[in-house]
Amino acid sequence: MMNQNLQIILRIAWRNLWRNRRRTTIMLVAISLGVWAMIFMSAFMRGMVDGMLVDGLNSLPGHIQIHHPNYVDDPNIENSLPEPNEQLRTVLDGEAVTAWSARVRVPAMITSERESRGVMLLGIDPEYEPQLGFGNSVIQRGRFVADPGEQGIVLGAKLLETLETDLGKRVVIMSQDPDNNVADRGFKIVGVFKSSVIADEEMFVFTGKETVQTMLNIPALVSEIAVNGQDARDVETLLQQIRAHDSPLQTTLPWYELNPYLGLMANVMDGFVLVFMIIIFLALSFGLVNTLMMAVFERVREIGLMQALGMKPTTILYQVMCETLILLALGLVIGNLVAVVTILPLMDGIDLSSVAQGLQMAGMSTVLTPSLTTLDFVLASSVVIVLGLLAGFMPAWKASRYRPVEALAKT
Amino acid sequence: MSAIECLDLCKYFQQGDSVIKALDHLSVAFEQGAFVCLSGPSGSGKTTLLNAIGGLDELDSGEVRLDGQRIDNLSKSELADIRLHKIGFVFQAYNLIPVLTARENVEFVMQVQGIPAQERHEKANAILQEVGLLGMEHRLPAQLSGGQQQRVAVARAIVSKPKLVLADEPTANLDTRSMEKLMEQFVALNQNHKVTFLIATHDTRVMAYAKRQIKMVDGQIVADETR
Repeated sequence: MMNQNLQIILRIAWRNLWRNRRRTTIMLVAISLGVWAMIFMSAFMRGMVDGMLVDGLNSLPGHIQIHHPNYVDDPNIENSLPEPNEQLRTVLDGEAVTAWSARVRVPAMITSERESRGVMLLGIDPEYEPQLGFGNSVIQRGRFVADPGEQGIVLGAKLLETLETDLGKRVVIMSQDPDNNVADRGFKIVGVFKSSVIADEEMFVFTGKETVQTMLNIPALVSEIAVNGQDARDVETLLQQIRAHDSPLQTTLPWYELNPYLGLMANVMDGFVLVFMIIIFLALSFGLVNTLMMAVFERVREIGLMQALGMKPTTILYQVMCETLILLALGLVIGNLVAVVTILPLMDGIDLSSVAQGLQMAGMSTVLTPSLTTLDFVLASSVVIVLGLLAGFMPAWKASRYRPVEALAKT
Repeated sequence: MSAIECLDLCKYFQQGDSVIKALDHLSVAFEQGAFVCLSGPSGSGKTTLLNAIGGLDELDSGEVRLDGQRIDNLSKSELADIRLHKIGFVFQAYNLIPVLTARENVEFVMQVQGIPAQERHEKANAILQEVGLLGMEHRLPAQLSGGQQQRVAVARAIVSKPKLVLADEPTANLDTRSMEKLMEQFVALNQNHKVTFLIATHDTRVMAYAKRQIKMVDGQIVADETR
């Protein structure tokens, strides 16, 4: 009997929808457009945050960093820490770690024959660093740092332009050693890198770790050890493993504590997308309620007839709800398909370099790549179904409450 | 025990300053298998009485019993169940479900009752043949003439052989031949299956088929004749 009722409910609901083709089509277009907007916008919002995360983490920090306890508050040469000992290296060379690098990182002044600029000097070991800290960059000209004892220096293209110098010319790097004496050294420019984050091109200069250690008189000391795990969003286990080796001279912090803004963005993204979807659908639901109310008012007599013939009020309610559900389901299918079709061609990324400066300020890359996730499809579908059914309940309830004799008397 | 018992039914409507007495302390009973015509001028309370017996309208006071069961105090859902299984309705205006074909309209009640598809189809075919609409079963109501629509409504009302058929001006839109055909079907059903018929009508040709005629005026029975 239940099955028979369902059959008749579905049949009447489906045909009722197409009694007024224009109205149903308009409503379907509105729902599809809403669903498309939800998924399209959330794909870009998520892509933007993912991009910020990737750019942020690939610009040297890694997923986890080990520092001297005072380094975060005062990133000074005095707050250096020893290079990793055997026990720590066991963890760092384990399967949970995809890349790690111990580096010297100090603020410095770079001077060409024409200009001077403040930069971040990185003394690195090229065997470890490229997988970790150079992800957004490519060597444009020359070469990268060859070994820890590298005597040359690698600059960003933008910095090169600012300093009005060129590959093969010499620059002077000046910084401060732990005794507060000026430490300076001349370097030949051996490479020029290009980064998707232009600020990185102006900020970072690379040379050999041992060369910087010698220059600053800090043998076997580094500023930080950056570590990458399997997944930036799931670093807890690795964090605990590394923290087991913390000491009074060494502390370990995850990326989301080192960059709370980035951590917050990643955490609130799901909630933000949900709120965004709800707002879109709330606007849409007024149209939906109006359409369904109209559809119910137009056939009050018919509803009275079905009641007179023995259809229960709850079945009438289900029937109108069923119309809502069919409309929503069709809208979802079309909206999702259109979203996929419009997003897929953009998956290689959209070049936003014309507004690069603004994006740099927000810590974003100049290429925005939308992120199409199953979660967003599920989220959009849930929002549409749940809110749509809530919106459809009022007309359905009204239809089920008619008194048969009054409904039959309607003209 | 009568199949239908109405005890002291009252139903008043306020119209401006005056009160219309649709049912005014009306009591009447009908045996199973009765074939009754209700006549009277417009506003005499014929339709209101049918609606009260069919559980479509609420009474101001009084009791309605079907097969001994009091129905005027039942919930909407319980009343729907009684209408579904015991009562067939034929209304003055054709009252078909416009999105269903003639066959689907005929099968509607049976489908809500949960009768299997095969049995439904067979019964629908038989009744459609009886009312002369076989071959038009796939047409929507809008593609049928007024008389054809009324025959579909009648077929729907009697197809599941209810114990009671309530018909409100069932022949109002039919020509004489269609009217006679319809009434013959009613009579056959009444005689062969003991289905009770209560027919509200102005049509003297219809009244000629009745075993019992009740005349109503101002919500009261003024004449009750059995042949």
